[in-house]
Order: sequence, then structure tokens, then C-alpha cells
Amino acid sequence: MISLTSYAFVSMILFSIGVIGVIARRNIFVIYMSIELMLNGITLFFVTFARYHFNLDAQIISILVIAIAAAEAAIFLSVIILLFRSKKSLDTDVFNTLTQGENS
Amino acid sequence: MSTPFLVWIILAPLIGSLLNTGFYFYHIKKQKISEVVFALIGTITPFISFLITLYLFLQMRDEKIIFNQDLFTWVSIGNLNIEMRLLGDNLAIFMSMFVTFIGWLIHIYAIGYMKGDEGFGKFFAYFNLFLASMLILVLADNPIILFIGWEGVGLCSYLLIAFYYQDKDNVLAGNKAFIANRVGDFGFLLGVVTLFFAIDANSLSFATIEANISNASPELLILSGFLLFVGAMGKSAQIPLYVWLPDAMAGPTPISALIHAATMVTAGVYMVARFHFLYIGIEDIGTFIAYIGAFSALFAAIIATKQQDIKKILAYSTMSQLGYMFIGVGLGFYSTGLFHVFTHAFFKAMLFMGAGGIIIALHHEQNIFKIAQHRAQLPIIHFTFLVGVIAISGIPPFSGFFSKDAILAAAFQNGEYLIWGIGIFTAFLTAFYMFRLYFVIFVAPTKHVAQYTYTSKTITMPLLILSIGAIAAGFLNLPEVLGGETRVDTWLSQLNSHKLHLSHSTEYILMITSVIVALAGILVAYKKYAKFDVYKPESDEGIIANKFYVDEFYDKVLVQTSKKISTFIDKVVDEKIIDGFIMSICDGFISFGKKVAMIQNANVRFYAAFMLVGMCCIFIYLYKLLGL
Repeated sequence: MISLTSYAFVSMILFSIGVIGVIARRNIFVIYMSIELMLNGITLFFVTFARYHFNLDAQIISILVIAIAAAEAAIFLSVIILLFRSKKSLDTDVFNTLTQGENS
Repeated sequence: MSTPFLVWIILAPLIGSLLNTGFYFYHIKKQKISEVVFALIGTITPFISFLITLYLFLQMRDEKIIFNQDLFTWVSIGNLNIEMRLLGDNLAIFMSMFVTFIGWLIHIYAIGYMKGDEGFGKFFAYFNLFLASMLILVLADNPIILFIGWEGVGLCSYLLIAFYYQDKDNVLAGNKAFIANRVGDFGFLLGVVTLFFAIDANSLSFATIEANISNASPELLILSGFLLFVGAMGKSAQIPLYVWLPDAMAGPTPISALIHAATMVTAGVYMVARFHFLYIGIEDIGTFIAYIGAFSALFAAIIATKQQDIKKILAYSTMSQLGYMFIGVGLGFYSTGLFHVFTHAFFKAMLFMGAGGIIIALHHEQNIFKIAQHRAQLPIIHFTFLVGVIAISGIPPFSGFFSKDAILAAAFQNGEYLIWGIGIFTAFLTAFYMFRLYFVIFVAPTKHVAQYTYTSKTITMPLLILSIGAIAAGFLNLPEVLGGETRVDTWLSQLNSHKLHLSHSTEYILMITSVIVALAGILVAYKKYAKFDVYKPESDEGIIANKFYVDEFYDKVLVQTSKKISTFIDKVVDEKIIDGFIMSICDGFISFGKKVAMIQNANVRFYAAFMLVGMCCIFIYLYKLLGL
């Protein structure tokens, strides 16, 4: 049987890849996918623990996470379309109209 | 005994003042109101006060009672209670008798004097308020209420001295009076606080202070006695705070009469007498007061001999006579000092009102030599002025003689021969300068006599009434040696710790000395001024004519120095040091804020990174420090 540590390790790697993707990449689609990756990492963690402890509560939470991720995808994609229409770009550094600073 | 009338002595002029204020506003805003209305309100209300006082006086004389009236509790903190309470004992009723009576006469006189003035109604509003403040001061049951009146007369003197406010000099004179008085008031207030601290009682009425005075340490009592007297120095124009008084002549003459005769300047003497139980215990301060009084008397008399402005001569003579009063109260002869206040009120009010009559007859000419050049035919004013001059010079049987002589006898009995000597010499100077004034104005030969006779009854009637007082008031306190009863001394006997007990021969010698001295002063004045050529006036140069340069000295030492210090504090301490320090702190915050603002760049990835760092910090904190 694959040990708990291995599962935890995989989910941590997934989460970290997601974080780095959010921080380091400029393309907003990639950022979105990175967020999904982080969610997947967490969901994997929940599922592993549920199996390990024979407790179905965590399973329920992971299903909830998947459902919310689906809803989020719908909103996120429509937001991206709106942003693209206003700026004609997918680069997140362009979306800084909320500051009054020099970058705007 | 509690009586509901007491408060009406104060309320009558106060209501008069409020009514006149209201009418005056109506007068200037809407439609003209006749002067008669203002004059009626302004003169009837002091008369009501006088009638009430007279009624209370008669009742008090027959039944030997002390009046008081509780109005309300003013301050009640912890176990400290300050009651709004009026006290009408022998001293207060004695004072308010002549304050209301002479004040009333001066109000009547003011009708004639201020006739046709633009601010007629305003004048009467202020005037009534002045009288009301003085009556609060006189009838106060504790030093706090006394202080209300004390400040009230200060305020009203400011308002009235600067009455012709379009003229800058008048406003400056008003300011000067106000500021010099403020110095004194500060002393007074500190004195009351010290006294309150010293006696450690839960009330501050005069009766409580008197009862608890033995609890206090002598040092604190001396301090508070001294500080209270600083207040009196300001109000009663004694060295060194007298400088406002001559300048106060800028106001209309009735004000000078009211300030000098019945209200403000006598407040200091009254206050010392009111605190007699305090000053009895600290005789050193009493002696100090007497010396200040003596030197003020002498100093003012010397200055008065060279002045040319008729009102300033009278102002300095007031300061001089107040010096006598302080000799009296300082040496513990309170009734004697107050008797001089009483007689002085009559003849000084009369002299000022006479001077005012001359001044308006000659179209506001105040220089005595110029007045002499255009002498007007003013028989009644001439007569009453002569009475006043004789009375102030101390010629028997006019009132001034008895009161002044009693003070000098008191000084002699106490062994204060220096004060006695100064007093006698001042009496000589007084007779000299007052008769100088009289001879120059009325007697010295002149080519031009204006046929101007001022006949307003409101000016002459008060003068005639006062002249009776100036002649006869002395008989109220005729010394025993002359077969009298000393009624005033008896009336005020609860104040006195001392009694005059000189042998009859000594008293006779003292009296004869002072009469001879006064006559000598008159003789010198007669020789020099009765045939004086008024077209060659005296020079107004010299140290005496310039009032010993005291004003200039104060200006140089006090005003200029404090101006320099203020400028230094403003330019260097404030702008450079304090502003520099505060501003550099501000600059630091601003530049720090700018750095913080750079984080808010609306960059999503940057925010995410910071969020991550923050979460890491929280996790580390929870894991390491809290051991979760």
C-alpha cells in the first residue's frame, strides 16, 4: 500500500506548483489553471485522509470543493472575457486600473 | 435674619441695565427712543436700591440684626459647598448706603452731562451694570461672589473708559485699566485659593473663614493676605499698579466720578476691611499695607502738583486719598479707613462732577491754564468746587478734616511716626495742589470771561446735595475729644480691634498740626497762583510733570522685555525648535507612508505573493510560538 506520506507529498507538490503558477505567471488563464491545481492538491489531501481514517466527512468536503470549483470556473471565465474586452490583453499586469498610482 | 429684599438691591440696577440694553438695541436698529426713557430707567433703578438699603439700615439700627439671603447653591462638589448667598452686615449696609446714594446722584448728573450723546442709552446700560457689579461685591457673602463683582467692576470700567471707542487713545486707556487690574485680580484669585487651601473648610463664606482661621498655618495666612492685597493694589490704584487710574480719565466725566467716588477704587479698601479677621492676625502685612498706602499718597500728591489736566489732578488726588484709606485699614483702624472712604466719596464725586461741568461749559477743554483763560460764569459749580477743595484739604469743620485726621491720629498712636510724617506732608501737598487748581481756574486774573452759564438742573442739583454731604458728613463721626459720638466707629465696631486712646491734649496737638499744615499749603498756593498769569502757563517739562517716568519705565522694562521674549519664543523656539521637531516627525510618517503605498500597486501576482508570505508567517507563529 502506498504510504500516507507519499499522498501528502504529491498533494503538497501540486499545491506548490499552483502557488508558483499564481505568483510567477502573467497569463491570466495560466493563473486560473494554477488555482485549479491548488484546489486539486487540497482535495487530494482530503480524500487521502478520509480513506486513511475511514471518515466520510472529508469526502463530503472534497465533493463540495469540486462543486464550488465548477461554479467558480463559470464566473472566472466570464470575468476573463470582460477583462479581455476592456483591455484586449490576457496579461494580469495590465489590470491595475484600481490604483491611483503611476502604473495606471 | 433672612430678608428677601437684599437681592433686590443688586437686581434693581441689573434689571435697569438689561432694560436699557434692550431699548438701546431697539433704538439703533429700529426706531429712535427718547433719551427720557433711558434716563428714567437709568436713574430710578439705583434709587430703588438706595431706598431698600435705607429701609434695611433703619431696621438694622433699631433691632441690631444682620441680614442675609440664600439664593441658591452655586457649586457643590464632594463636601465643598459654595452658596450664592448675600450678606448685609453693618459693613455691607454702610458701604451700599453711600454707594447707592452717591451712585444715584452721579446717574442724575450723567443725564445732563451725556445729553445729546449718540450712545446715551448704552452709557446708562453700562452705568447701571457698573453699580450692580459694585453692589454684588459689597453684599457678597464669600470671596467667590465678591470676585464676580470685582471682575464686574473691572469689565465695566473697561467698557466705560473706552466709551468713545472711535478714538484710539481711549481704547488704549481702557485696555490699560483692564490689564493693570488683571494683574491685581490674579493676585486676588491666588489669595483666595491660598486661603481656601489654608483653612481647609467645606465652605468659603466669610463666617466660615473667620471661624476656621485658627486652623491655618501663619505662613499661608501671610501669603494669602499679601496676595489679596495685590488685588487691592490693582483695583485701588496703589503703587505699583496705579498707572491705569490717570489714563482712565479718557472716559466721560460721570464715569470718573463713579469710579473714584463710589465704586471701583474703593473696592480694595472694602475688601481689606472685609477680611479684617485675616489681617488682624498678620500685623506685618497690615503695616506693609499702611506703608504702601503712605508712599502712594505721597507719590501721587507730588505728581499732582505739576499736572495741568484738571481731571488728572483729581485722579492723582484720588490715588493719594486712597493711600490714606489704606493707612487706616492697614493699621487695623478699619472704621477710620472706611470713614475716609465715605467722606471722600462725597467730595470727590462733587469735584469730578464740578470739573465735568467746567469741561463741557468750555467745550471739552481740560488744561487748567486754558480753562482759566476762558473762564465761564458758573456760580453753583464754583461754590461746590470750593467746598470740595476745602474738604479734601482738611480744613475743619468740613468732612475731609475729620476722616483724614482720624487716620493720622491712628498712625501716631501706633507709633508709626514715619507714616504720620508722610501723611502730614501729603496733607500739605494736598492743600497746595487742590488750591492751585482752584486758584488757577477761578481766581487768577484773566481777560476773557465767557458769559456761558450752564443751568441744567440735573447737573447742579446733585452737586448741591453732595456739597451738603461734603460739609456735614464729618459730624457723623465726630471724635469724642470734640464732644462727638463717633457714630461710624460704633456702627462698624465689630471690625475694629484697635481703638483710639490718645490723650486729649495729644489729639488737640495733632489736629492743630494738621490744620496749620493745610493752611500753610493753601497759603503757598495763594502766594503762587492767586495772581498767576495764566497766559504764561507752567512748563510741563521735568521729572514730576512727567510722572517720574513710571509709565516709560514700565513700558521699557515690562512691555518691551516681554515683547522681546515673545518674539524670541515665536521666531526661535516655536518656529525652529518645536515646529522643526514636529515637522520632521510628520515628514518621517509621510515618507514611510509613501513606501507603504508602493505595495498597493494593483498587481494580482504581487498581492498573491504577499498573501502567501503572510500566511506562512501566521503558520510559523502558530506552530512555533503557540505549539499547535
